[in-house]
Amino acid sequence: MRRDVFQALADPTRRAILLLLASQAMTPNAIAEEFHTSRQAVSKHIQMLTECELVKQEQQGREIYYSLEIKKMKEIDKWLEHFKKIWENRFDQLDNVLLTLKKNKK
Amino acid sequence: MKNSLLFDFTVDKSNNTIFVEREFEADKSLVWDAFTKQEILDQWWAPKPWTSKTKFMDFKVGGRRFYAMVSPEGQEHWSVQDYISINPKTNFKYVDAFADKDEKLNSELPSADWDLNFTEYSGTTTVKITVKHKTLTDLEQIIQMGFKEGFTMTLNDLEILLQHLQK
Repeated sequence: MRRDVFQALADPTRRAILLLLASQAMTPNAIAEEFHTSRQAVSKHIQMLTECELVKQEQQGREIYYSLEIKKMKEIDKWLEHFKKIWENRFDQLDNVLLTLKKNKK
Repeated sequence: MKNSLLFDFTVDKSNNTIFVEREFEADKSLVWDAFTKQEILDQWWAPKPWTSKTKFMDFKVGGRRFYAMVSPEGQEHWSVQDYISINPKTNFKYVDAFADKDEKLNSELPSADWDLNFTEYSGTTTVKITVKHKTLTDLEQIIQMGFKEGFTMTLNDLEILLQHLQK
């Protein structure tokens, strides 16, 4: 099954995990301790975030640490930026239309 | 003057809402017409190189606008807007949903509640638009689709730039 970023972000627990990882890299156990759900459930969320490349894992000694994949997060920002741009262009067009309407009125 | 006009765009993921605010240098009745008359709406609603094509627009409570966003390749994406309430020159609300070319609603794509407010201060009209989606997934799906249009647009900008550079 193809995992997509927006599906990953749609879940509140996964968003909370991303917020946690924004300040520091964490082990799966440390992440699980922050939630009331089972470790298994949290581990599934982490797995999905990893598959979407929103988080990456790193082996440090015997422990695995998870951290944010900054590049991917920036991509999401870019998406929003594009969406904003659509509105901007739409309104610039409306400016021109209004200008023409005003001229025709006179 | 144009650059000083206010433009605000925010996405609030906690309540699945997009908020857009923009000032226009025109009186309220003119801006109202631009948003509520199909022949004007089609001139600007689609960001270029897309075009907007309204098949019909019955601007009254309970009425509907049936329209398409047409891609540069001629692909038509049909939608309906069902008007919920109208306070002339002040506010109107509608539900926006995706449809096919025969006006059959597409239940797989998210619908959204639109709320548009118009205010005027000394010749400048401010339009505030709130687009509320049912779930965050819906909102993200829309943003993703918008990204597609935005991307086409960016490519078009690039084309124009390249043409200038060639001169």
